[in-house]
Amino acid sequence: MRLLRDFLDKHKPKFEKGGKLQALHSVFTGVESFLFVPDRTTSNGAHIRDAIDLKRTMIVVVLALVPALLFGMYNVGYQHALANGVLATTSHCCLFLYGFLKVLPMIVVSYVVGLGIEFIVAQMKGHEINEGFLVSGLIIPMIMPVEAPLWMIALSTAFAVVIGKEIFGGTGMNIWNPALLARAFFFFSYPSKMSGDGVWIADKADAFSGATPLAYAAEGAALPDMTTMFWGLIPGSVGETSTFCILLGALVLLVTGVANWRIMLSVFVGGYLMALLLGAVLPATNVYADITPLKHLLLGGFAFGAVFMATDPVTSSQTGVGKFVYGFLVGFFAITIRVLNPGYPEGMMLAILLMNTFAPLIDWLVVQRNIKRRLNRKRI
Amino acid sequence: MSKREPLFSAKQRALMLGPLSKNNPVIVQILGICSALAVTAKLEPAIVMGLAVTVVAAFANVILSLLRNTIPTRIRIIVQLVVVATLVIMVDQLLKAYAYDVSKQLSVFVGLIITNCIIMGRIEAFALGNKVWPSFLDGVGNGLGYGVILVIMGACREALGSGTLLGFQIVPQGLYDFGYANNGLMILPPMALILVGIVIWVHRSRNKELIES
Repeated sequence: MRLLRDFLDKHKPKFEKGGKLQALHSVFTGVESFLFVPDRTTSNGAHIRDAIDLKRTMIVVVLALVPALLFGMYNVGYQHALANGVLATTSHCCLFLYGFLKVLPMIVVSYVVGLGIEFIVAQMKGHEINEGFLVSGLIIPMIMPVEAPLWMIALSTAFAVVIGKEIFGGTGMNIWNPALLARAFFFFSYPSKMSGDGVWIADKADAFSGATPLAYAAEGAALPDMTTMFWGLIPGSVGETSTFCILLGALVLLVTGVANWRIMLSVFVGGYLMALLLGAVLPATNVYADITPLKHLLLGGFAFGAVFMATDPVTSSQTGVGKFVYGFLVGFFAITIRVLNPGYPEGMMLAILLMNTFAPLIDWLVVQRNIKRRLNRKRI
Repeated sequence: MSKREPLFSAKQRALMLGPLSKNNPVIVQILGICSALAVTAKLEPAIVMGLAVTVVAAFANVILSLLRNTIPTRIRIIVQLVVVATLVIMVDQLLKAYAYDVSKQLSVFVGLIITNCIIMGRIEAFALGNKVWPSFLDGVGNGLGYGVILVIMGACREALGSGTLLGFQIVPQGLYDFGYANNGLMILPPMALILVGIVIWVHRSRNKELIES
């Protein structure tokens, strides 16, 4: 530790104003604050701060993602073995290793491209490097199909970081969730690589149908039973299949207070009520309306979106009441899109992006209502 | 008039060249965006649309500049509309006669040139207060300024979205075999909007004086 500190201190002057490597100033501070807690304190004004800074917030979310990620890796191997009929003869360890080797390049590509762009922009603008991409960079591979070509992931990530984030002013200024923007870009750019039955299972044998349960349901086939879907041994995007692991992550986020319980709860409530309503209103010919509400919550990316992406503190509503409204509408629209437009079975992505757009409006309305109520109180 | 001004004096040239970059109707004045988004999925309709708007803008400016002293101010909008509509119908008929396929691709957007803000804007702001020749140059300049943006967007969207330019394949087959795929988002309207944004971004960062504080 001492060695590292001395090394940094020795080279620090080179990066400061007038030094030889001044242009790389923000890279240096980035590396320094990655390795050590920043020793800078606020110099003017009264700022009350707790110990949770951006770095710690982000790392908690990353930790919360780990169970779903590890399970996702195992599931990639499991689905591969199942599709090729070698499940009985393969050990769990091999299954995990296979998935690990499949998923690792996706994570590396997403981090290298995203952080690369953030570093370059930080140098150009003279900003400091932010930790904002740590979470997005891990979520992006988790919401992609395992067979997604790496260059497409790289392109989607670049699009999301440049158009979704940097042009709005970087971390904390973006309107839409960058990870979802990457997925939306991918989905609309290369639809054949994100739907159908060929992309969710790595190196699948041709005879084996590998559609996700959501796609199966569209053809009128029976869904897997609840427990399978809850534990998550089903085809799907890398990190989103296991509701159990996602709930573990949710527990971490809620106990540490990093994610907001209001949003999480109201997303599930909104989705549940909407599924109940559509199930009662629509005729049984609509295959998605037939699914029980609880199954809707387990299917596809609903749980993953509700726990990790709808709760993004930057793009969600900020006011207490606004969070309930925002979350409820996310769940509401996710199920509405899924049931009423079978062309986009993954309604969660579009619902969250839509509500990201409306979050500031919801906040504005809540604030206006508060102002009005207080003015009324005064008049009496 | 003391001395005749040369046809292409510096002032006249500025009228025509200004709208191509510093005073571009699409990316600086943000006019005519709807049609710029609608017709640029392929390069060919984009070129034809740019030419059609240039022709209409130029001749509408000329005709209204000729009439400018005889039109009562209160009914000038009606007169402008009659002139522009006549020109647009002529362009539409010409396209239907000689370039039927493109005309079908452009569909209603040729007719909608009537409502293109650039044309009415140039008549109101320029032709009604200037002589014939400068008005003609102004119309040509603004039409071409619009056309340039359309061509840039049409080329980007067709090359990246369909892998072709003017219908000829430009992305080599080997690249497709290697795993390359056309970007489907490029031919959807939302990407056109993002692309206009990117063009504006590049343009402003090259012309710093256009950046609003």
